[in-house]
Amino acid sequence: MIKTYRRPVTGAWWQHNPFYRWYMLRELSCVFITAYALILLVGLYRLTQGAQAFEGWTAALGAPVALAFHAVALVLVIYHSWTWFKVMPKTLPFVPVPDRGIVALGVSATLIASVVLWILVL
Amino acid sequence: MTRKIQLECLRYNPETDAEPVYRTYEVPFTDDMSVLQGLQYIKDHLDGSLTFRWSCRMAICGSCGAMLNGEPSLSCENFLRDYYPGPLRVEPLNNFPIMRDLAIDQSDFLRKLESVKPWLMPAADPGKEPHRQTPAQLADYYQYSQCINCLLCYAACPQYGLNESFTGPAALALLHRYNADSRDGGAGERMKLVNAEEGVWGCTLVSYCSEVCPKGVDPARAVNQNKVNSTKDYFLRFLAR
Repeated sequence: MIKTYRRPVTGAWWQHNPFYRWYMLRELSCVFITAYALILLVGLYRLTQGAQAFEGWTAALGAPVALAFHAVALVLVIYHSWTWFKVMPKTLPFVPVPDRGIVALGVSATLIASVVLWILVL
Repeated sequence: MTRKIQLECLRYNPETDAEPVYRTYEVPFTDDMSVLQGLQYIKDHLDGSLTFRWSCRMAICGSCGAMLNGEPSLSCENFLRDYYPGPLRVEPLNNFPIMRDLAIDQSDFLRKLESVKPWLMPAADPGKEPHRQTPAQLADYYQYSQCINCLLCYAACPQYGLNESFTGPAALALLHRYNADSRDGGAGERMKLVNAEEGVWGCTLVSYCSEVCPKGVDPARAVNQNKVNSTKDYFLRFLAR
């Protein structure tokens, strides 16, 4: 048996390499996206309780803390979506389109869907 | 023009050291000198006991992988001039046990490589005819066949670092290299390994493996294509019940 030395992996393994830091940010963004989804679910629940309850919920969304949270969540959602479009070509079987084309297609589809939804809501 | 750069090498002697320590060497270099040549200068002129692996000096053999300033790299294809004024920290590849200085113990990878059955298991006997393949069929697996087993991808994979039972990028890329080959019929046997806890599902898509590969292999793609295959396999077996 050969004596070897195994360097321990510490909790700070991701802090020294920018690639890992971006990866951890992607993973962290899930927490914000979950919180956003939960707030939205609460809104739906309040809607079932009547107009007054729902208005209370929309008023709460206007609070500075809620606005700040949603601003951060929006940035993180955009980043998270971007990372997933970036890996989308890796999950597809071979298609005669360059990776960048697939990413561009995904991003464009999201932009168009977002604009259409925006118009519908307005 | 000769300049000087400091190389901080992680040293570990299993016979005398409880844990590794850094030793600094001042290495004179010219613009055409690789990091590997810097290490060879240390061994020839400064400290003959420095241990590291190397062979081809041209990114073919996959022996000289090391962490260069924290990035998994082949020391033969990186130049000292690019790390000037230094210092350049040279460490053995992350996530592997250190045998001595920069030499790591690859036994775990070699076991995993064998477990994916990285050889052709012919789907049908072509008889006396050559087993023909179209360029499109070749393209399905060609890049994966470029792997040189240098293990940079394992050093880049935090999942392997945190859980050694994960089959890991290169072995899974080579598994896919054979599964994606139109002449091969062994996918059924390899599928057990793909589906296993330590198979493709151990990957969380960090994708740094594909970033550091010196041969343009994309292990993250192989692993994630097989997540799709594994899901299909699961549902097909579910339906077949």
